[in-house]
Amino acid sequence: MLRDITIGQYYPADSPLHRLDPRVKIVGTLLYMISLFLPKNLLGYGVAVIFLTSIIWLSKVPVKFIVKGLKPIVVLLMITVLFNLFLTGTGTILWSAGIFKITDEGLRTAVYMAVRLVFLIMGASLMTFTTTPNALTDGLERLLKPLGKIKVPVHEIAMMMSIALRFIPILLEETDKIMKAQIARGADLESGNIIQKAKNMVPILVPLFVSAFRRANDLATAMEARCYYGGEGRTKMKPLIYKNRDYIAYAIMILYVAAVVAAGRFVEFSIWIF
Amino acid sequence: MEMIKTENLSFEYEKRDEEGNVIGTHMAVDGVELSIEPGQFIAILGHNGSGKSTLAKHMNAILVPTGGTMWVAGKDTKQDENLLDIRQSAGMVFQNPDNQIIGTVVEEDVGFGPENIGVPTEEIWRRVEESLNAVGMIEYRHHSPNKLSGGQKQRVAIAGVVAMRPKCIVLDEPTAMLDPNGRKEVLKTVKKLHEKEKVTAILITHYMEEVIDADTVIVMDHGKIVMQGTPREIFSRVEELKEYRLDVPQVTMLAYELRKRGLNIPNGILRKEELVKILCQ
Repeated sequence: MLRDITIGQYYPADSPLHRLDPRVKIVGTLLYMISLFLPKNLLGYGVAVIFLTSIIWLSKVPVKFIVKGLKPIVVLLMITVLFNLFLTGTGTILWSAGIFKITDEGLRTAVYMAVRLVFLIMGASLMTFTTTPNALTDGLERLLKPLGKIKVPVHEIAMMMSIALRFIPILLEETDKIMKAQIARGADLESGNIIQKAKNMVPILVPLFVSAFRRANDLATAMEARCYYGGEGRTKMKPLIYKNRDYIAYAIMILYVAAVVAAGRFVEFSIWIF
Repeated sequence: MEMIKTENLSFEYEKRDEEGNVIGTHMAVDGVELSIEPGQFIAILGHNGSGKSTLAKHMNAILVPTGGTMWVAGKDTKQDENLLDIRQSAGMVFQNPDNQIIGTVVEEDVGFGPENIGVPTEEIWRRVEESLNAVGMIEYRHHSPNKLSGGQKQRVAIAGVVAMRPKCIVLDEPTAMLDPNGRKEVLKTVKKLHEKEKVTAILITHYMEEVIDADTVIVMDHGKIVMQGTPREIFSRVEELKEYRLDVPQVTMLAYELRKRGLNIPNGILRKEELVKILCQ
């Protein structure tokens, strides 16, 4: 049933990674992403591989799930690899046919790009696997709080995000209901070309929007009735407080980035074997 | 001091056509005089468009009177600086259970009100636990509201109001969208809160069966209070109720018809057992 769908891809488990403060995970993921673009040799990526593997092992999220997350980027990955492989002009030519040639440099960039992309997605999805959407919103709100000083409505944005998360299943269910109601009235949603199909969606979208606005109005009244008047002076039921494990996680992240940089900079010999 | 007091309370709104031009005005609430003592259980009855919901929205200062005055716990709702106090002392539960739950987890939703009024964190947790216990939803605290039944959602909404420690709870047709089971659940919860926690309960409804336990029943029609009294007094005036397009409970109706046919039955029978006892004498 539509009610049962999960938003995002949270994988419930009890792991050290699940227990971390969402802020650590957001900052950590960012650092990790940057770290993927630092190394210029394989050793640097070796560090990243070891790091990611151990984190995945720690998270208790099945590898199968994480690999599944790569599916949407397969096409993008192929294009990136092929372009880099065939169209990099510089370097020693290994093979050529017409305008296409494979050079050692091209091969190298292609492999690097592939590794970067795959690791990027795996790392980012690991964050969404181990953090509930609500915790993510909370973490973002806290992290972006300084922006409030330059009049960015951080609290309001976070509130909007969490309300949206709550209403997605409700609106999906409603869409389902409206679709059935319109089909019962003889609406044809299946046949025709793309344009025709898009036109057929109008009788579903109009009532859906009307109802969404009505809900929004009701909700605003209900929030006001419960003394909501913006972020000022609010207390938190579940405030984010750093614990020891969060500091340890930050330390590990810094160590990891340092290791990647060190591996890229100071190791003179490149173990590039081809 | 009265919990809620009104003096010649009126609310008028403009009727507009499709282009937004004013084509007339409508008195939704018309000169209502009301005085509700703390700790009472009041039921407000009326068919659609009788102004009962508009009146309810005044008790929480969502609407402000266009004429006359309303005091909630002695505070004038027209003054902006009283707004938070009023909303804290008179909590409100609405009709649609889906559209009043803000949190994605039950306990977070109950904590929303206390968060807004700046209650310290540990105190919020204490209150959330207390209020969920009071409505019997504690075992659902970690659930998503989307997976609850209508009656359960409405009880969560009530817990959300209770957590703000109001002196008075206004329920604006809380059972209108529920099935009979959900309706029973919600009513039981309201009665329990009224008896145990001594909160003033104001129940707005158009179901007659729901009002038999109230201390006072108020009937509204065309924005005016047309009847006021104990449930027994109100239900003994069957003819009048029919005029206001309200159905009396089946038992009351049966007793009324029997009485009309000449049986010796007193006026204003409210419960089945009562009628059985009288008939078996």
